[in-house]
Amino acid sequence: MNMLKMPWLLILFFNANHALAAGVDVGQVQKQATNWTAIAMFIGFILITLAITRWAAKKTRTAADFYTAGGNITGFQNGLAIAGDYMSAASFLGISGLVFASGFDGLIFSIGWLVGWPVLTFLMAERLRNLGRFTFADVAGYRFSQTPIRIFAACGSLVVVLFYMIAQMVGAGQLIKLLFGLDYFVAVLSVGGLMMSYVLFGGMTATTWVQIIKAVLLLVGASFMAFAVLWQFHFSPEALFAKAVEVHAKKDAIMAPGGLIKDPLSAVSVGMALMFGTAGLPHILMRFFTVPSAKEARKSVAWATTWIGYFYILTFIIGFGAIVLLTQNPLAYFVDGDITKGLQGGGNMAAVHLANAVGGNVFLGFISAVAFATILAVVSGLTLSGASAVAHDLYATVIKKGKADSWAELRVSKITTLCLGVVAILLGIAFEKQNVAFMVMLAFAVACSANFPVLFMSVLWKNCTTRGAVTGGFVGLILSVTLTILSPAVWEKVLGYPEGSAWFPYASPALFSMTAAFVTIWLVSLTDHSPQAQRERALFDAQQIRSETGLGASSTSVH
Amino acid sequence: MRNIPAERILANPKFHHLVRTRNRYALVMTLLVVVIYFGYILLVAFDKPFLAQKLGAGWVTSLGIPLGLGVIVLTILITAFYVHVANTRFDAMAAELLREAAE
Repeated sequence: MNMLKMPWLLILFFNANHALAAGVDVGQVQKQATNWTAIAMFIGFILITLAITRWAAKKTRTAADFYTAGGNITGFQNGLAIAGDYMSAASFLGISGLVFASGFDGLIFSIGWLVGWPVLTFLMAERLRNLGRFTFADVAGYRFSQTPIRIFAACGSLVVVLFYMIAQMVGAGQLIKLLFGLDYFVAVLSVGGLMMSYVLFGGMTATTWVQIIKAVLLLVGASFMAFAVLWQFHFSPEALFAKAVEVHAKKDAIMAPGGLIKDPLSAVSVGMALMFGTAGLPHILMRFFTVPSAKEARKSVAWATTWIGYFYILTFIIGFGAIVLLTQNPLAYFVDGDITKGLQGGGNMAAVHLANAVGGNVFLGFISAVAFATILAVVSGLTLSGASAVAHDLYATVIKKGKADSWAELRVSKITTLCLGVVAILLGIAFEKQNVAFMVMLAFAVACSANFPVLFMSVLWKNCTTRGAVTGGFVGLILSVTLTILSPAVWEKVLGYPEGSAWFPYASPALFSMTAAFVTIWLVSLTDHSPQAQRERALFDAQQIRSETGLGASSTSVH
Repeated sequence: MRNIPAERILANPKFHHLVRTRNRYALVMTLLVVVIYFGYILLVAFDKPFLAQKLGAGWVTSLGIPLGLGVIVLTILITAFYVHVANTRFDAMAAELLREAAE
């Protein structure tokens, strides 16, 4: 196989020993011919979402409207919005591309991105809704000294948001080159601009509907593709697999695990980051404050899990469909019409080419527009949670000591949204040529090592104190970032040191940094005998009553 | 509903029963997901031939595929099961508790 034409995913997965950790991003791609159908479809999406934003702007008057859409989203709607917030363009194109390249391994990969949801359901969803109002710091800081816990939570949120954001912005730029044939710069600027207008004017209401529409479009598009593939095989997966094995270069190897997991310890560490990190992602946690009750919060996570799991099953079928259908017409989809030279546009184009194969140019335009809309929905959610961390946690609580009025807090949210938008655009441009594959994994590592332990311990362990939570949280935060920098994904792939020179050999720091955070919280809290600590422990009963029964939980009537 | 004294809730054994039951469910079900997921990952790491074996003579589909799809479906079902129990049983327990405390 020609190494230069090898899809980037393969390079990441099989040359590196840190397989799972690579995350899915879009990598460097060649600019394609301008695709006017796709652009027209996307402009249609923009017009609809901007009309919704205009409508949402009229309903966004207070800080509560801005952060939580007034708290009146139903569980079903919120489930779709969460799915829209979580299913990224990278997972759609990347996982189907991975299945196309190596079959079975794509399935192992996608399972990892689903297992965080039940954990979030069992441990966090309802408690978040009962204890919080706008941000997860409301929950973690329910009985704690406000200034330190809010500063920690804002740091934890912003670090996660920024790394996640860079990956999305760079992905958007690469995608638009690939799908629309426009410049990288245009892509980053338009994503940043649109995302700012949604969040700035429409707040959570607009963001929620952008996410819902995107989730529906993505699920409908992917369902159609999977259906079209299975229809050709009379709905027999066995027949589909048989044909795929027959035409794929790796033959029967695509039915078996390949090189995805080489080092069990890395696999376990990555698995922990995915499993517990989901319960620490600020833009996901924030969605639980948009529903009116704990019951609706639980319903939303059940729906979200269902849609996301269904989506991963679809990407698996789509990947196999691409193996079979694209090889039937090599001239149209492969470089120089030669199957051994790989797909035109790179390995991530499997789903996009398949869209063309099953639905022609119009459907290709539709899927391209959906892939781009997907990025918009994710960055809007990220920006909103970053803005809430700054305005609600830092400005209203730390600086104004909880005495800021709703209007002033809303104004700070909007200024922060503008700043974050500009920062996102600048970072997107700055990182254009960088390898950003590690950034989503880093966001998960920080979420599971800093945000999750603090939330978990403060809500469930009576003896936890401010001192313990904040110390442990910062230990997890610093350790997860440091170990990631020292790991092969950054030390060798980004900083360019020779292979094998990384100080930290594993793919994810989660196993170590999350453990360190929990142990620190436990030790420091236990040895904390200050009067403040005694007061905090005494407040646990009241916290537990509210978290278990919902008594006194913020409702839509309390603005 | 707003002025229910905390002492009356804490004094009610039903409150502690609710806390214990919910925590037990959360713990057992989290462990279940951990076992299922890491079990699958470790199987991939240590016993690739097991997953690569065919479903039967003349089959192309390997055992790993239905197992993997099974993990996805099971994850959804476990989540839905917890949500069902919490939305019916736990919520009813909490409502009863609050009613008694308000009397």
